[in-house]
Amino acid sequence: MGEMIKMVVVLTILSVISGGGLKGLEEWAKPKIENNVMNLVKGPAIRGILEAADNDPVADRFKITDGDQERNIFVGVFGGTADTVVVESSASGYGDKVGMVVAINMAEDSLRGMAVTTHKETPGLGARAKDDPTFSAQFVGKSISDSFSVSTDGGQISALSGATITSRAVCSGVNQAVETYNRLKPQLEEKIKGMGK
Amino acid sequence: MAKSIASEFTKGLWKEVPPFRLVLGLCPVLGVTTSMKNGIGMGLATTFVLLCSNILVSLLRKVIPAKVRIACFIIIIATFVIVVEQMMQAFAYTLFLDLGVFIPLIVVNCIVLGRAEAFASKNGVVKSTADGLGIGLGFTWALALLGFVRELIGTGSLKGDVFGLVHWDIPNIFGASFEPFGFAVQAPGAFVILGLLLCAMNLIPSK
Repeated sequence: MGEMIKMVVVLTILSVISGGGLKGLEEWAKPKIENNVMNLVKGPAIRGILEAADNDPVADRFKITDGDQERNIFVGVFGGTADTVVVESSASGYGDKVGMVVAINMAEDSLRGMAVTTHKETPGLGARAKDDPTFSAQFVGKSISDSFSVSTDGGQISALSGATITSRAVCSGVNQAVETYNRLKPQLEEKIKGMGK
Repeated sequence: MAKSIASEFTKGLWKEVPPFRLVLGLCPVLGVTTSMKNGIGMGLATTFVLLCSNILVSLLRKVIPAKVRIACFIIIIATFVIVVEQMMQAFAYTLFLDLGVFIPLIVVNCIVLGRAEAFASKNGVVKSTADGLGIGLGFTWALALLGFVRELIGTGSLKGDVFGLVHWDIPNIFGASFEPFGFAVQAPGAFVILGLLLCAMNLIPSK
């Protein structure tokens, strides 16, 4: 019996110390990691889809309150007018969350492009959502009045072969970004009015 | 005593180099050694986990009940692996992107658990430190060597850095007309080159 109690006590203490320590470490590392993700993953992805923009969308970003959370919004200036906003979103894929950035043309209410940023999908299958430009190119220029889905579900996006779950996640992430955009549209218009002269 | 501490350290560097002499821990050995940079990064990450877990396991070896020792070792190892993962994301994010899933997989690296079970749980802190450091650095040079050979043959040049401290960039080692042997940086090439290195290591006696 004494041994039994000792086992429980030792395991509990170890787990508590480990869990507490890691929580502290995570709090400490979180801003550094977010900074790295912004510079090395999201930044290049956003610059990639807004290649023709006159400004640097990553530098011209602002935070906006959406309900109880803050969102990063990136602004793209085309032909002298700030008409494009980039919204971040994520949806559950085959591995973990699939994070993406979605650029929306506010003048036409259409997609200017999208790119997958962070993911843990299978290399060679789901990871092609990020690596294969022909997949993300399907979203370019599509109107946001319809919601997006893969063709096996009756939608307009051809899924990556062997990665239907990832393709669905990307579609649902884009839909979420569009929802966010529609919800915040009045605020966004107000915010970017003065930009891009 | 001093001699035996030194020998605990040096055995990992040559006599018991995990991938070459014991043929252990081959998953990261084959998976990440597409370049020397990745090999060194992975090796150092594993060394850190091995060193910390060895020290902690040997400190706690009298407290940990025998029946749940493996569970305790795994908690300790997993904690340090997450530490490495967070630190790498905070300070060496590009390396983290290259190594990807292999960093969390250090938890199940048989070398780390093997040293905890076979050595640190039976020996004192000083010896366990020497053992962890030796085995870890042995693992690192093995990965670096394999990465070096694969990158050299597979791309014809060497390029990289270690945590931004040391840089190297040597393009076209074999001259501009060299056609890179792309097979070497693909998965089957890893097996072939590891096999050849094992063969070379066996020609040199371990004693």
